[in-house]
Amino acid sequence: MSTSQSVLILEAGRAERHYWRDLWRYRELFFFLAWRDILVRYKQTVIGIVWALGRPLITMMVFTLVFSKLAKLPSEGVPYPILVFAALLPWQFFASAFSGAGDSLISNAGMISKVYFPRLVIPASAVIVSFVDFLISGIILVGLMIWYGFAPNLRMLTLPLFIFVAFAAAMGAGLWISALNVKYRDFRIIVPFVVQFGLYVSPVGFSSSIVPEQWRLLYSLNPMVGVIDGFRWAILGGNTQLYWPGFLLSLFLVVVILVTGIVYFRKTEKTFADVI
Amino acid sequence: MSSVISVENLSKKYIIGHQKQERYTSLRDVLTDGAKRFTHKLTHPFAAPENDPTHEEFWALKDVSFDIQQGDRVGIIGRNGAGKSTLLKILSRITEPTSGRVSIKGRVASLLEVGTGFHPELTGRENIFLNGAILGMSKVEIKSKFDEIVAFAEVEKFLDTPVKRYSSGMYVRLAFAVAAHLEPEILIVDEVLAVGDAQFQKKCLGKMEEVSTQGGRTVLFVSHQMGSIIQFCNKALLLHKGEVVETGSVAQVVNNYMNLSSQNMGRFLVEATSLRKDICIVAAQSYDSEGNPAVNFTHNQEIVIEITCKINRWVKGTEVRISVRDSKRNVFTTDTELIAQEGQPPGELRVKAVIPAGLLRPEEYFFKLAVYLPNQIIFDIVEDALSVTVMDGGSKYAASEGLDYGCVFVDCKWSIDNSSSSSLSITQE
Repeated sequence: MSTSQSVLILEAGRAERHYWRDLWRYRELFFFLAWRDILVRYKQTVIGIVWALGRPLITMMVFTLVFSKLAKLPSEGVPYPILVFAALLPWQFFASAFSGAGDSLISNAGMISKVYFPRLVIPASAVIVSFVDFLISGIILVGLMIWYGFAPNLRMLTLPLFIFVAFAAAMGAGLWISALNVKYRDFRIIVPFVVQFGLYVSPVGFSSSIVPEQWRLLYSLNPMVGVIDGFRWAILGGNTQLYWPGFLLSLFLVVVILVTGIVYFRKTEKTFADVI
Repeated sequence: MSSVISVENLSKKYIIGHQKQERYTSLRDVLTDGAKRFTHKLTHPFAAPENDPTHEEFWALKDVSFDIQQGDRVGIIGRNGAGKSTLLKILSRITEPTSGRVSIKGRVASLLEVGTGFHPELTGRENIFLNGAILGMSKVEIKSKFDEIVAFAEVEKFLDTPVKRYSSGMYVRLAFAVAAHLEPEILIVDEVLAVGDAQFQKKCLGKMEEVSTQGGRTVLFVSHQMGSIIQFCNKALLLHKGEVVETGSVAQVVNNYMNLSSQNMGRFLVEATSLRKDICIVAAQSYDSEGNPAVNFTHNQEIVIEITCKINRWVKGTEVRISVRDSKRNVFTTDTELIAQEGQPPGELRVKAVIPAGLLRPEEYFFKLAVYLPNQIIFDIVEDALSVTVMDGGSKYAASEGLDYGCVFVDCKWSIDNSSSSSLSITQE
């Protein structure tokens, strides 16, 4: 065994040299934990995985009804359901990753206090679970596009880039909230509130172009604005415009959240077993 | 032989809150405390930092140092709260030390609890993979050992059944089987075998021994059962109140532990963690015949032992057992009583046993208590739960007090026939 010669030193406050190598060694655990959560979620349910399709579909219908038919908001020349769904995809991914990661450490408290592994695995696998849901709901978008005969243009190829940004935002916020939640259970109460509130302050049911020009930059302080606008820009093509200063601001904030999230998580990680 | 684990001046401090009931901090407390401290600093800039009366430091480990050689099987012993589990948690990297240093050579696998990460909704097969991954095995490794694990656990037929439908015995077997097939250089095992039945315990100890002798691997083993420690380990480490009292050969250390543990007797109370068992012994106390708590008796007094069991689930056929040992550790009597009546709500049960007057000779005696289902499950077992001292209350042997004249008074029927030949017959009553 190649690891047999390495000497492990445990000391107070010592930054672990092998952390990232360990994380790589435990890479399979990400998938096992994600696989467990997905498997368990649909055990003893009748329609199983269909639930993953039903929830976003119904949300989309309600949003279309409220924002398009009742509030009569502009649709930028694309079918309103597609406009809504292009934003609902990243938003639901973010929201479920955020709340899933927030609870993940606490619901795995037993494991944390009895076995060693890089703790980062737990919130990360919660994000992966949400990502799987995200991919499944992607099928609905494809279905909608076929239904409305809506063909995307070449910008569609940049979508993976925006998915990556959404992933980084979800991971960064997830790491923050999961680490905070271990020590301050207040965040258990804050999380559902943030998710509900965020749905209305993010341009999910409407296009961010209805926000007055002078407020666009301020509006982009919500990093999800940049992510959602990016998704719409890539998926809807045509005359959709990306507000670049706002997008770059959002992107910058996503990077800040992710980096500080990792740093904070790594700093508090060692005390998890004592305070959880 | 080189040392694979070397521990230098290891300490671990916990802060224990008093008044406050909640275990976790709330953000509001942190903010208000911070504000208070800040204003205090502003108004009294030169005052010494306040001593917070609600928080007290508790040193679970204090300046612990030792070395462990490769291939050693080390038993870690000590009373509840001696710091055994904290030590194992630090060695297995679950928590970090407050000060001191540990260096470990080789891959460590720790088994602090059976079935960590098992999910009740998943099948046996799924749980083997999940649990293996949690313990640090790769998928390929698990696949190659899969059949061995299943055979060891004896659950072939139930592989595709969710483990929530397993009997508790099957569950434990499967969980141990996964862990036993890890191939680390250092294996750390906390008191996990206590949950299985006797036969399974034997199998597990056998497996651990095989791992250690054939693979030259190092094992650290915590148990309250001195029998398993003596059987399995070659070295032992005795902890008391967070400090290492002694390290050395297993026989010598266990012997000293017995002496240490007999100092605090007459009453025994369990710590809260074992209360999760179906049935457990929570308290024991010795009384005299008038019902006053007592530890010193004269030989012509009755000794009343009262055992309090907490019953979370009634199991038909459960028995309680008292074994009595003398100071040389010989068990010389054991008695059992059936306690389980079915269908009652969970609660506490007091069992009284009266040891007749005039039976035990002047000596110090130790009581081992157990609740178990014969040949199946040991719910709880407490070594040296109580000790009593019997003093001579004026027997015909009083003159020879201090001499070894046995353990029990046997009122023999003597008959002396001096008519023809001098024959002697002794009959026991």
